[in-house]
Amino acid sequence: MSATATTIVNEVPPQAGPRAFLRRLRGGDEIAHLITLIFAAGIILLTSMLVYELWVNSHLSRAKFGWMFFFTKVWDPNFDNFGAAPFIYGTLVTSAVALAIAVPLGLASAIFLSELAPRKVSDVISFLIDLLAAVPSVIYGLLGIFIVVPVMRTTIGPALINTVGNVPYIGALFRGPNYGVGFLTAGIVLAIMVVPFIISVSREVLLTVPREQREAAMALGATRWESTWKVVVPWARTGIMGSVFLALARALGETMAVTMVIGNAPTIAASLLSPGDTIASIIASQFTEATGDLYLSSLIELGLVLFLITFILNGLARILIVTTERGGGRPA
Amino acid sequence: MWSVSEGSHATAAKLAPKVPMNETRSMASEKETPVRFQISDLNFFYGPKQAIFGLNLSIPVNRVTALIGPSGCGKSTFLRTLNRMNEIIRNTRVEGNISLDGQEIHGMDVVNLRRRVGMVFQRPNPFPKSIYENVAYGLRINGYKGRLDDLVESSLHRAALWEEVKDYLHKSAFALSGGQQQRLCIARALAVNPEVLLLDEPCSALDPVTTAKIEELMFHLKDSCTMAIVTHNMQQAARASDFTAFMLDGKLIEHSETSKLFTTPKDPRTEAYITGRFG
Amino acid sequence: MSDPRIMWRRALNYVMLTLTGIAALGVVSVLFFILGYLIWNGGKSLNWNFFTQLPKPVGETGGGMANAIVGSLKLLMLAALMGLPVGLLAGVYLAEFGGKTFSFVVRYTTDLLNGVPSIVIGIFAYSLVVLPVKHFSALAGGVALGMMVIPITVRSTEEFLKAVPGSLREGAMALGASKWKTIVTVVLPAAKAGILTGMLLALARVAGETAPLLFTAFGNRFGSPGFGQPTASLPVMIYTYAIAPYDDWHRQAWAAGLVLLGLVLVANLGARLLLNRGGAVRSV
Repeated sequence: MSATATTIVNEVPPQAGPRAFLRRLRGGDEIAHLITLIFAAGIILLTSMLVYELWVNSHLSRAKFGWMFFFTKVWDPNFDNFGAAPFIYGTLVTSAVALAIAVPLGLASAIFLSELAPRKVSDVISFLIDLLAAVPSVIYGLLGIFIVVPVMRTTIGPALINTVGNVPYIGALFRGPNYGVGFLTAGIVLAIMVVPFIISVSREVLLTVPREQREAAMALGATRWESTWKVVVPWARTGIMGSVFLALARALGETMAVTMVIGNAPTIAASLLSPGDTIASIIASQFTEATGDLYLSSLIELGLVLFLITFILNGLARILIVTTERGGGRPA
Repeated sequence: MWSVSEGSHATAAKLAPKVPMNETRSMASEKETPVRFQISDLNFFYGPKQAIFGLNLSIPVNRVTALIGPSGCGKSTFLRTLNRMNEIIRNTRVEGNISLDGQEIHGMDVVNLRRRVGMVFQRPNPFPKSIYENVAYGLRINGYKGRLDDLVESSLHRAALWEEVKDYLHKSAFALSGGQQQRLCIARALAVNPEVLLLDEPCSALDPVTTAKIEELMFHLKDSCTMAIVTHNMQQAARASDFTAFMLDGKLIEHSETSKLFTTPKDPRTEAYITGRFG
Repeated sequence: MSDPRIMWRRALNYVMLTLTGIAALGVVSVLFFILGYLIWNGGKSLNWNFFTQLPKPVGETGGGMANAIVGSLKLLMLAALMGLPVGLLAGVYLAEFGGKTFSFVVRYTTDLLNGVPSIVIGIFAYSLVVLPVKHFSALAGGVALGMMVIPITVRSTEEFLKAVPGSLREGAMALGASKWKTIVTVVLPAAKAGILTGMLLALARVAGETAPLLFTAFGNRFGSPGFGQPTASLPVMIYTYAIAPYDDWHRQAWAAGLVLLGLVLVANLGARLLLNRGGAVRSV
């Protein structure tokens, strides 16, 4: 009896080996595995193809302009001279404005939802805020054109020029003609669009901060605000940073709403009230009318740039959020 | 009259089988009960960690064999080697022989093995389907072509559930109480007409009244089915089983007729356990 | 109480906490503002003609967006046909079959794809489908939207499959079901509500996408039979009508905006209700 002892080893996957494979092939398991694997691999293939197409189709532009593409301030289809600088500038400025508004607003809301509001109220409000994130971009653009732009032109713009515009240094941001459209308007609309992302991710992260952290601070005589601001928020700061990166990636790639309110002009101007263009908005507004291969190729290279930026930001955001949710941040 | 297997040392594990094996067989022949499962030299590993050490046991036909022991002693792991359910877990390793009616189970088609060896789990796990579809599930996946209705009805009868559910066959199984769900799971396992039914602490999530029903059910099933039940409840083992095996730290300490094991245990550790001094 | 430092700290506490509440309410009120404004403006211009008539030539008032509604439905159908099966099967792979390293790569790529700006997806669909045949088509738009459907479906499918209790899988396998039979007959049905909800949300999201359609499906003033021609869609119509200088077009844009927002919000609310009532996974 003991002489015929057998040893069965379940490796990863259980029961490897060609015979077991054939048996399971008959049973359908390997076929199912294979089919789903092909589709999973398809996603990788598709994403690689995306990068490949962007790379190949931007060849003309890359060959002609090289690295100077990023520093050239001219965008002149008539003379086949293309530079990305105005759009990179526009993208950075609008995103910066958006974050300057959205981060305080989003963080404050997230604090309210995680620290103060009763759980049920917090859940309802969070759901409504998630709905806000579901509103299509073009609808934000529509409201931007017909509400934000007129208000900027008639009220906020002049008010800024007459007050902050006279302050030395900062005033340069709020001078010159005021059209209603421009960097500031685009930034404001973007802020409203990305704030839901900051809120929902930050709220989740704040909710993972252990109770004891709050209680420890309160027991030392801290007020609610002090315990929140000095203990809870620092604990969650990596995750909050992650939510900001996520929002930034969104803002950089956001197309329609920006295209509709930024004024579509390839300019670099100090004034936030000046019209401009972002990478995404120039692609949206000129792609269909791009005549000439170099023109199109330059637009596709802009797409490649946008892809790479968001790729890097998304990666960073992921790492930050995962780090906080795993082990918690370090108390400051 | 009982089999003892100790494997505290590697050498002991290798030497041990011969003596108890013979004893087990002599006992079986004495009782004239044929053996359904013959387990010899069974070792089981989760990765580098060994969970079962040189286990030898025979499970007689149409009897209830209870496996008792403190939690973590490997009794559930052992039960799950009998229908190769442990293969679902990665990085596990089995050594030794397990034969079902004289045939080594690791050479069998696993689907066929599991059809012959049914299993009931610790917590009722009905599928999110109707009562009828739950019972018919095993038949359908095994490609049964005959009339399902009759088999569903007879399985529910065997699980003593028919009277309670006959008017609600197409209602969701989740509408049933916990005890009814567990009997539904038994009916589901019985539908494919298994030779063996493995019960992994089937009553641990149930109230005493329902537990009594399931024990009664097991008594009636003995005519047609061999059963092995893992339980942490010694009274249950004493009431419901014919043979009892006591396990400790992955080793089989003592195995004999239930009446003998609970009245005159041979091993001091068994005695300590059944008198409640540890575990 | 009299210590000014403590008074100051208390005051700060109340002020800051109140401000956080105002911020949260402010953000939520934006949603109600958007809704109210669209209902007010769009409601005025929404009539039966909007759903049944084609756009009128410039200068004439009236007309509707029947072509864009049909076009959007067509694009969504294509996106669903191409994106949902890929997303579902890849999700099943990640939840049920995947090993460690390869699954990590797939998951990472999926998230990456999810984060790619929609305009870049548009460029990809353009170079893949439009360039070779040299004209815009519903098919190209469908490819773009389908690509955006994939990552959302993958992640929601994986999540809901993983929420199915292991005891159900064991129950099926103990009855002799093979792995794929277990998945098809027990695991997928158990996670059905959640997976369908995820798909619904994915479609709702791409239904409002404009950027990837600008140079794939393009647009069309008329109906376009089949899938090989430029095709109008609601979001692109809203864009072109909003930036045009005609009041009547603006009115139409508001109406279209109301219809689009209504559809998207109803889908989101429906998904939420479905999940709350049935539970994402019906477990024991």
